[in-house]
Amino acid sequence: MIINDQCTVVSQQQIAESIFELVLSGKIVEEMNEPGRFVHIKVTEGLDPMLRRPISIAAINKRSNEFTIIYRKQGRGTSLLANKKSGETVDILGPLGNGFSVAEANIGETAVLVGGGIGVPPLYELAKQLVAKGVKVISILGFQSQSAVFYEEKFASLGETYVTTVDGTYGKKGFVTDILGGLVVQPDVIYSCGPTPMLKAIEKGQYAAKVFLSLEERMGCGIGACFACVCHTKDDPTGHTYKKVCTDGPVFEAGEVAI
Amino acid sequence: MSRLNIELPGLSLKNPVMPASGCFGFGKEYSQLYDLNVLGAIMIKATTPEPRFGNPTPRVAETPGGMLNAIGLQNPGLEKVVSEELPWLEQYEVPIIANVAGSTEEDYVRVAEVISKAPNVHALELNISCPNVKTGGIAFGTDPEMAKNLTKKVKAVSEVPVYVKLSPNVSNIVSIAKAVEDGGADGLTMINTLLGMRLDLQTGKPILANRTGGLSGPVVKPVALRMIYEVSQQVHIPIIGMGGIQSAEDVIEFFYAGASAVAVGTQNFIDPFVCPTIIDELPQLLTQLGYQHISECTGRSWKQHEQFAYHRA
Ligand SMILES: Cc1cc2nc3c(=O)[nH]c(=O)nc-3n(C[C@H](O)[C@H](O)[C@H](O)COP(=O)(O)OP(=O)(O)OC[C@H]3O[C@@H](n4cnc5c(N)ncnc54)[C@H](O)[C@@H]3O)c2cc1C
Ligand SMILES: Cc1cc2nc3c(=O)[nH]c(=O)nc-3n(C[C@H](O)[C@H](O)[C@H](O)COP(=O)(O)O)c2cc1C
Ligand code: FES
Repeated sequence: MIINDQCTVVSQQQIAESIFELVLSGKIVEEMNEPGRFVHIKVTEGLDPMLRRPISIAAINKRSNEFTIIYRKQGRGTSLLANKKSGETVDILGPLGNGFSVAEANIGETAVLVGGGIGVPPLYELAKQLVAKGVKVISILGFQSQSAVFYEEKFASLGETYVTTVDGTYGKKGFVTDILGGLVVQPDVIYSCGPTPMLKAIEKGQYAAKVFLSLEERMGCGIGACFACVCHTKDDPTGHTYKKVCTDGPVFEAGEVAI
Repeated sequence: MSRLNIELPGLSLKNPVMPASGCFGFGKEYSQLYDLNVLGAIMIKATTPEPRFGNPTPRVAETPGGMLNAIGLQNPGLEKVVSEELPWLEQYEVPIIANVAGSTEEDYVRVAEVISKAPNVHALELNISCPNVKTGGIAFGTDPEMAKNLTKKVKAVSEVPVYVKLSPNVSNIVSIAKAVEDGGADGLTMINTLLGMRLDLQTGKPILANRTGGLSGPVVKPVALRMIYEVSQQVHIPIIGMGGIQSAEDVIEFFYAGASAVAVGTQNFIDPFVCPTIIDELPQLLTQLGYQHISECTGRSWKQHEQFAYHRA
């Protein structure tokens, strides 16, 4: 069920250049299960900015009634969010959207998680749930540069993990797709979240695996009512059939929508 | 005794608060959040004869206190609205106001004729004010003669009262309002969005793929109030007011300006529970302000004091 909850800030810390990890607690956690869904955040009581900001759920902790989001401080909205201190409240609507289906990977199979930049966070909860199920997880995380790298150890504790940087200052120089293409093991499922060019490259890769991609689009309502976030379907790229990123997505199977 | 019920042409409203067109889809999404029966009415998303995909994305941009949208009237088309969306809404005891759009007179007439026959459609809202489509829409809303003729044609085929939705993107809103009243409109809804734009600091290019979009939200409230104030004194048909409403206080202000009911648009995106919250809060606010019934507030900004005297007796 979608609820509007005033969550309490448990902690907030900077974990890489411009990257913040915010842990929140509230009864909304009871509604959170599937990885890859998002919350819609009102960062201020005032009118600037007025609209909510969509941010993926990065980790769910049912026992402590807490969840984690990881975001890049970018414009006005995320800058205000970065100012929130422990004990303060944050207005959260969610959980929203269709996330990554853990059921797509069977016990004993191999799932490869491919994340780029701020597309990495939702893959973390996914990795935890896949490993808990008994799926082998390989993570490939791409960043701009060394200063932007985060959560490498966390992913590494769940399985084989590769890091790439565009400028070569850390890990392997280049793109996540270079690693993906060179893997010795044949993935059964590929889950990915990141910038559109990366998602396109993965889709083009024609891997023998089932491929799931998490998309981003500017949003209004976040619940499917305003038609701000629509995209064309792959089989009707100029027609009037559509999918809403906020409710049909953000996760789609490769080939479902035109990206 | 209800202090909020309002009678308007075609509409017996249990309260005067309804979601605005395009900000509530066809109700399904919000029905997961609360019981739609609490609403006074529902203004559904614009319907055109054929399905429309609308504009490319990005379709929304922001400004402090407001948003710009360029959705481009995306909707599933008349046939699907009549065969799927409206029947689904029949489970609720809420009158539906169908927002009618198109590119040509024939489009409007066709949608009006068919959609006005749906059992739960109690009124039409003629959208002659969408700023986000290339043909039709706003062209009808900025030329008094065209607006009047279109109103007449739609009136001739509609089985329910017709409200005309006015555009604020005109130099003389009163002349358009009078023209559509002459054309036989049963009521007015106002205002639609104000044409605006935002540019990207890095690229220098418009943020919206459509370049321009319609401005809504709290920033447009003073414009809406002024226009309702001017128009309500010059026409004899009721006005459903909208533009930046966020609270029960805002609702009363719209009534003071001359509205007989109100619609809430953009605020549904920020607080999806805004309509039920406002409906809950209105009676208490009326008590605080010393009114028995919300209808006493209509036009208070310009009506002579004597006209109110009997309420106090
Ligand atoms: C489903 C989904 C999940 C996301 N998850 C994360 C996450 O886990 N971590 C993270 O750092 N970011 C995430 N994003 C991107 C995040 O929403 C934007 O970075 C954020 O909205 C920027 O807001 P701002 O006010 O700081 O920036 P501004 O650039 O000032 O924002 C202006 C407007 O553009 C919108 N906007 C800007 N960038 C994006 C974008 N990339 N996607 C969608 N809308 C955008 C904003 O919401 C706002 O309406 C996600 C986006 C979506 C759609
Ligand atoms: C995303 C969005 C979509 C809209 N779609 C329609 C529409 O389809 N038909 C219409 O008549 N008005 C449409 N409007 C205008 C609203 O109904 C309303 O007149 C306007 O937004 C002012 O009210 P507000 O400030 O409360 O949003 C739309 C507004 C928004 C923000
Ligand atoms: S954000 Fe409103 S429909 Fe997706």
